[in-house]
Amino acid sequence: MLHISTLHYLVLGAALFLLGVIGVLTRRNVVIVLMSIELILNAVNLNLVAFSRYWQGIHGPTALHGQVFAIFVITDAAAEAAVGLGILIAFFRNKETVNIDEVNLLKW
Amino acid sequence: MIIGGILVITRKNAVHSAMALITTLLAQAGIYLMLYAPFVAGVQIILYAGGIMVLFLFVIMLISIERNMKERQFNKQWLVGIAAAAALGGLFIAVYTKGKSLFPEGRLNFDEAQNTQGVAALLYDQHQGMYMFSFEIASLLLLVAIIGAVVMAKKRI
Repeated sequence: MLHISTLHYLVLGAALFLLGVIGVLTRRNVVIVLMSIELILNAVNLNLVAFSRYWQGIHGPTALHGQVFAIFVITDAAAEAAVGLGILIAFFRNKETVNIDEVNLLKW
Repeated sequence: MIIGGILVITRKNAVHSAMALITTLLAQAGIYLMLYAPFVAGVQIILYAGGIMVLFLFVIMLISIERNMKERQFNKQWLVGIAAAAALGGLFIAVYTKGKSLFPEGRLNFDEAQNTQGVAALLYDQHQGMYMFSFEIASLLLLVAIIGAVVMAKKRI
């Protein structure tokens, strides 16, 4: 069977990142755009943990810097999702729509 | 996980997208277990799939989505968006096919029982830990996020 090296995890992370970028650039609904941002952050986490495994092979079993960084990224994603959803609720109270196309009050 | 990701960005109903994202996050926790990182997998399930996605579902149910489901789902500039993502994908393919020899394949067999101790040592230990300052800053960030979310969602400030 094929041995799953670090490169396979990186390619999977890149594919998830591309799906998240397509979701951010393409959808009209704001909630789905926020969920695509979470997909992007998960792809980055996968890269970090894959590299931490690679680093463990070189420097011994306690070189877990990538995993600690991934935990911090998860914490940061939680904070950003909370504030983003708060902004969404405040905006929805004003305009009664969740489409990004109609957020054009500052347009010239 | 890829199928979950595709379902997230293409579903019309936002609740379907949230369910697909939950399955993607659970699949990602499984991949963390394959990478011998059980602590990060546990943190992912508890925080991400059990906290952030529940928050998303609350907000989806709070704002009325049925009227939105009958409208157009994709942006006016979806072609340009997909073209930009295809350019980014081409960049990834170029990088990963050129640099394929950089990552040697080794079979490692560390037991997972030491993983949580290792992460805690990096965070908290006196001689080995270097992430204590980032830990405090992360807790400050969470405090600021709580205050921000409460202020943004109030009716009258």
